[in-house]
Amino acid sequence: MMLHGLHVPLMSTGVPAVPAADVIVAPDLAWAGLILLLPLVSLVLCGLCAAFRVRSKLPAVITSAALAGAFVTSVMLYLNYTPPGEVVHLLDWINVSWGSGAIDSFAANFSLYIDSLSLLWIMFVTGLGTLITIYASEYMEPDLGKGYARFFAGVSVFLFAMASLVLSDNLLMLYLGWEGVGFASYWLIGYYYQRPSAVAAAKKAFIVNRIGDLGLALAVYLIWVTFGTVQYDELTTVLQHEDWRTSFEGWTTSAIPYLLMLAAFGKSAQLPLYVWLPDAMEGPTPVSALIHAATMVTAGIYLVARTYPLFMLEPTSLHVVAWVGGLTALLAATIGMAQYDIKRIMAYSTVSQLGYMFLGLGVLTTYGAAYHVFTHAFFKALLFLTCGAIMHGFAGQLDLRKLSGLRHLPGWRITSWTMLIGALCLAGFPFTSGYFSKDAILAEAFVTQGPGFRVLGWLAILTAGLTAYYTFRVWFRVCAGPAAYEAGDEHHGDEDHSGHFHPHAPRLAINAVLVILAIGALVAALPYFMSNQADERLVGGWVADMVHDSTAREGIPGFHPGDPAHAGGHHHADGHAHGHILGMDPHVAMYWISGTVGMVGLLLAAWLHLWRRDHADALRRWMRSRVWIGWLPRAMERKWYVDEFYHAIIRAPLWILGHVCHAFDRFIIDGIFVDGLARVPRGVARWLQPLQAGAVQSLAVVMVGGTMIILLLMALFMQFGWPGGSI
Amino acid sequence: MNLLAATMGSVSLAHALLLSGVLMAIGIAGFVSRRNLIVMFLCTELMFQAVVVAMVAFGRWYWDFSGQVFVIFILTVAAAEAALALALVVLLHRRRATLDADAWTELRE
Repeated sequence: MMLHGLHVPLMSTGVPAVPAADVIVAPDLAWAGLILLLPLVSLVLCGLCAAFRVRSKLPAVITSAALAGAFVTSVMLYLNYTPPGEVVHLLDWINVSWGSGAIDSFAANFSLYIDSLSLLWIMFVTGLGTLITIYASEYMEPDLGKGYARFFAGVSVFLFAMASLVLSDNLLMLYLGWEGVGFASYWLIGYYYQRPSAVAAAKKAFIVNRIGDLGLALAVYLIWVTFGTVQYDELTTVLQHEDWRTSFEGWTTSAIPYLLMLAAFGKSAQLPLYVWLPDAMEGPTPVSALIHAATMVTAGIYLVARTYPLFMLEPTSLHVVAWVGGLTALLAATIGMAQYDIKRIMAYSTVSQLGYMFLGLGVLTTYGAAYHVFTHAFFKALLFLTCGAIMHGFAGQLDLRKLSGLRHLPGWRITSWTMLIGALCLAGFPFTSGYFSKDAILAEAFVTQGPGFRVLGWLAILTAGLTAYYTFRVWFRVCAGPAAYEAGDEHHGDEDHSGHFHPHAPRLAINAVLVILAIGALVAALPYFMSNQADERLVGGWVADMVHDSTAREGIPGFHPGDPAHAGGHHHADGHAHGHILGMDPHVAMYWISGTVGMVGLLLAAWLHLWRRDHADALRRWMRSRVWIGWLPRAMERKWYVDEFYHAIIRAPLWILGHVCHAFDRFIIDGIFVDGLARVPRGVARWLQPLQAGAVQSLAVVMVGGTMIILLLMALFMQFGWPGGSI
Repeated sequence: MNLLAATMGSVSLAHALLLSGVLMAIGIAGFVSRRNLIVMFLCTELMFQAVVVAMVAFGRWYWDFSGQVFVIFILTVAAAEAALALALVVLLHRRRATLDADAWTELRE
């Protein structure tokens, strides 16, 4: 092999060879590859539709059929796989060895890692993908025959990449999917490429994501260098044995979690890198719902959950995750409170909710994070799709000051009421799905010991109140109150003959998807009440089960790793709960606290945006006119000047550097080296040109003179010897 | 010089080479100083003859007939070349109606 003799550092001989993992290799599940294959087929067919300028809805039909197939395959896989997990080998990708030892090889194949965590993700990804594609078949109608096929091709690419990301059995294929979803996101944000803002947003998303991708690439490399494998089954086998684990400890095991974190924060829009997500709303709304709310942005949570044992090696990294998540949640919520563009509010809300999920991961409740991912996928997709329906019907109008009382308009009832369901879930209204999933995270912030986690917990509760406020600010403004509206500026034949605007209400495809998603958002609360199959001491029902059988199992309340050192860790089902809040068990107290806080936010929104809308304006005017508080609404409306800050510290220096480099290239490289060198022959030629006067005699003189000189030299050399010896 | 005279008779190698050198010098001088194409051409013929004389002389000196063989070849080639050169001169004269070499300086630029 070419790699013969390659040294694997830190893989000393004292480390026992990695034994065969307890994961079963299952050739009989090869049909699971359909989940990857179907979106690819759909991509090719959509490409053909674009090439043959198909003017019908064929691309939408193809894509939704393919995605439905992928969803059915995922469910079949869930019903047929054997816990704790199986590896389905599809085809060899990279598979090299340079010796006989177990560590003298490197394998990264197109293999699927079917365990409960990947199944949880792939089921909601493909399921929501199918629904949103159906929605998009109606939403994208104005582009029939223009960008229609291109749009669905992009969705297919996204689903293929997302499936590779979620299902891969090694970090390299995950990286492939990671880059793939980034590319699909770029493709679809820039769908309206005639609009400069969309192009800028696409570039911003891509470039900001590259920063995170760098972290992932380095992390994958370091993981291979440290542990000698990038396959999950081998990796977790190594990490689950304490004495082996300690033999790896070094600077790399400390660095890996931070690099993975960087990747996750880029893709999942957390604090230093969240700025791309709100701008990503330039894409078509189904894309915002699918990629930038429900699925792709949860890839960061998936990555951390998947590599959770690596984070457990470095507990400080989880504290960082918790704090970054908590602060992002608060910051994004405060920005969301002050925006007027409803889609943008939803975008900030997504950033905020993703912050909750990272908070959950940081405070050792992967179950809470996964459950919140699951419920959030439904209700946030629903909220985005209702916003999209409104935008579609009102010619691009998204300003909540220019829309009111939509529930009174004919044809808009389904949109309004499904939006209410989504808003209730997002606000954490008691007994909705968001209520249970958010509480799982909030309570654990008070249970787990960590630096300032109690402060973080209170901040998260405050954020829950703000969430309820801004969510219902949207709903009360847009759907409640007296019916009134102003059209946006994207007219496509909605005016009657007198030029009067008529909103066109959503039809069957959109309404059906909204209703299904609303039901889904409500039903997503049910898993919480399902009994635990894996371990009856667990709480949290089905989702906890799903996480229990995976790499993220150490972050489940009540998990017993088997060795006595961890027994009773943060185990509360047997009454050993750590921490308390107001003298009560946090899990019980949180039902009351978060419910109350949510209701306060909701009532505040009702007061300012439903009953006394004039008070909201008066309050804003009053705040802005006071010196001591005036900065707050201003800063919130300007998004805390984060974009301006990045512009000043990153974009402007880079811009200057770019111009300096450009000048260097133009004047030094081009000017002196390239053009300067090119000028040498020309100058010499001009200087020597007179010699070539063309007169026969002068040529003859030169020739004779030259011959003479040569002869003279030869005569001299023959007389006095040749230089450097005789010849 | 006496040794040379004894081996070569009254005409020594030195004499022959001197003649060759003189012919060559006249040829070069004429070629460089004159502007008339035909005269210049004659000067080149003179230089040819200088070479030819030198070859005959060396052939005699080394008692080797290759020198004379080459002379025969050179004379043949020179005859052919003379025909070509004169033809060219005629053509050039037809173009510009002059035999002045300075009329043909287009190669300069």
